[in-house]
Amino acid sequence: MTEHLPALQVVVPMLAAPVCVLLRRTQAVKVFAVLVAWSTLAIAGTLLATVLDSGTISYKMGGWAAPAGIEYRVTIANAYILVLVTSVASVVLPFGLGSAGSSVPQDRKYLLFAAFLLCISGLLGITITGDAFNVFVFLEVTSLSSYALVSMGHGRRALMAAYSYLILGTIGGTFILLGVGLMYQMTGTLNVVDLSERLPEVMASRTMIVAFGFMMVGLFIKLAVFPLHQWLPNAYTYAPSTVSAFLAATATKVSYYVLARVVFTIFGAAYVFGELGLDRILIPLSLAAMFGGSVAAIYQTNVKRLLAYSSIAQIGYMTLGLSFNSLDGLTGGLVHLFNHAMMKGGLFLVVACVTYRLNSSMVDDWRGLGRRMPITMAAFVVGGLSLIGVPTTVGFVSKWYLVSAAVQQDKLVVAGAILLSSLLAVVYVWKIIETVYFKAPPEGGDPVAEAPMSMLIPTWILIGATIYFGLHTALTAGVASKAAALLLSGVP
Amino acid sequence: MIDPTPMRMRDKIVLRVVSKLLIPFILLFGLYVQFHGDFGPGGGFQAGVIFAAGFILYGLIFGLDEVETVVPHRFVEIGSALGVLIYGGVGVVNMMLGANFLDYSVLAHDPAHGRHYGILAIEAGVGLTVFATMMLIFYAFADRGRRPGGAA
Amino acid sequence: MTGLLGLWHYWMIIALMMVGLYIVIARDNLVKKIMGLNIFQTSVILFYVALAKVEGGTAPIIPEGAEHVVYSNPLPHVLMLTAIVVGVATTALGLALCVRIQEAYGSNEEDEIVRMDVEGLARRGDRAESAPHADDVPPEEVPA
Repeated sequence: MTEHLPALQVVVPMLAAPVCVLLRRTQAVKVFAVLVAWSTLAIAGTLLATVLDSGTISYKMGGWAAPAGIEYRVTIANAYILVLVTSVASVVLPFGLGSAGSSVPQDRKYLLFAAFLLCISGLLGITITGDAFNVFVFLEVTSLSSYALVSMGHGRRALMAAYSYLILGTIGGTFILLGVGLMYQMTGTLNVVDLSERLPEVMASRTMIVAFGFMMVGLFIKLAVFPLHQWLPNAYTYAPSTVSAFLAATATKVSYYVLARVVFTIFGAAYVFGELGLDRILIPLSLAAMFGGSVAAIYQTNVKRLLAYSSIAQIGYMTLGLSFNSLDGLTGGLVHLFNHAMMKGGLFLVVACVTYRLNSSMVDDWRGLGRRMPITMAAFVVGGLSLIGVPTTVGFVSKWYLVSAAVQQDKLVVAGAILLSSLLAVVYVWKIIETVYFKAPPEGGDPVAEAPMSMLIPTWILIGATIYFGLHTALTAGVASKAAALLLSGVP
Repeated sequence: MIDPTPMRMRDKIVLRVVSKLLIPFILLFGLYVQFHGDFGPGGGFQAGVIFAAGFILYGLIFGLDEVETVVPHRFVEIGSALGVLIYGGVGVVNMMLGANFLDYSVLAHDPAHGRHYGILAIEAGVGLTVFATMMLIFYAFADRGRRPGGAA
Repeated sequence: MTGLLGLWHYWMIIALMMVGLYIVIARDNLVKKIMGLNIFQTSVILFYVALAKVEGGTAPIIPEGAEHVVYSNPLPHVLMLTAIVVGVATTALGLALCVRIQEAYGSNEEDEIVRMDVEGLARRGDRAESAPHADDVPPEEVPA
């Protein structure tokens, strides 16, 4: 069975979703979904261990050899993202999907779990596949299930948020489809390895520039890079908090991986950065995202919206790391990807804990919570420290790599910008901490108890990971730099 | 005196007669498309949609309650999940027989027949899911018109 | 004249794509936006099918005993089956959201919806997103 692990990684959650629909009883479905998520984590861990030992794994779907058939290719970069997505899913599912604010009636909660499992299988499929069109198929599976998940939030604004997410996301996906079609037209193949071999001959044609342009715009929409980020704040604010935690920690990360594959493997860094000059576009956009997102976050009065704008800034850091086209830069981007997933997932779970007790995610209503919910707020403080990039957290490791990559390329202004926007992060994190610890609680409210243990443990697992992996960097920075080296070498 | 109550669609004789004549042929054509997918245009998705179109036509003309008696809501919900499981199940069976996921050549005595049976089984699963999903979409939208905010 | 006349199908595809995108951007009605999205996706489907055609080619089935058969490329057709299904699913989901938005807001025009949201914010202040009103976040439920 172990040689079938790449296929099982996607098949297990994908077949678990219709089983959830057939099972119907919410308690049974919840237990089943948690077990499925934990088994995908086991599979991803095994794949990572195997790849670190023996190199790239290739699996032929349907027994047809590539390039005619679809192959699943597991490399170090892949396996890193697989472990990340499955571990976030394994932590968020036991937290409880329907508990933190969804509008689904109790007897239809099984549909929520089915959509969630389909989302997981789509994300894993995007990461693991080695076929360009298969990326589009799984991308749409992920997107459709996440539109449905976002629309299940309370209040009517969740519906408009899901609608605009649907419009923008579908346009992005269709642009990616168009880019893949143009690439197929010029080379006759859809396999990523084969594309990277055949593209250099046709690189000079105008069709390739157009194909690259379409794929870039489509991926930027999915990744919420600065001017194309409009769907993100509303979607994360009005979705149920656990869904926001999961989407914030996984959806954009997988799109980042696809971007890295397209830029470094399919098209090649020499063409993208040398001839087309992607860094001249991406660096200003990343800086705009870092500053614009942080400044917008400072003025927010809703905690979830603040975290959403902060996510836009963090995505700016990740794309900045990619646009440096150097080992340190891409390593910084991949480590920051890990940091953001753990930290933002944990912070949104903190919001879910608080909304469970307090029914509010407004900063004003969080006054004085430090005394009444001490463990939850301590998690927020630690997550905030990792957001800023304090030493001993993973955030420090990623900022270190990014700044050293900037200094290596003599881009001292960019290095200064990275440090300056980290200071802006201090401002909005301090805003919440000051409200929580140093302001008196609003009068006349009911006494608020600490969040239940079943919610605190998953939250602290994610937040604790930012400290643990900040101290033991072998698993994150070590694997990330190996992954970055593999991506940059252009070996498919 | 002109009768102010509007006629229901089932009372209009042309609609009733023509639909009753056409619906069996639509369903038959759907089955034809399903099974001839390997020799001509066709396959599970097209067949599922055509098959569902027959039932939706029936529902549009004779009423939602009538078509819900023929194709109950619970059946289509189970059907949509079951079709995906059939598809995945064929793949899992292939894995258990020793080949890769969705490698049908091991299903019979020689690869060509194995692939033939494999494709038929897969397309049956796809057809079932697509039919059930189309009916579910129709039920969801039509129910909303009758009972806003309610679900079947 | 391969520039203009020989590539007429690509011009049609681009025209459809631009029409679809224009409708999504310029029309306020939510249902019309979904229809524009559909037109946009259809143009991409046409693009793939157009690039599959081989001049003089027939269906890609080789009859018994035939030797030299010129057939059109079947792969893009297969890919577009998937894309059509994706389009149908997206349209169904989008229209379901339109129905629920109509029930919640009473209108399907984007400018009216934005106006209602802004008024809600102005009336109830920034607390709008957590206050227990009919259109806003009600108290959380007990975990499942």
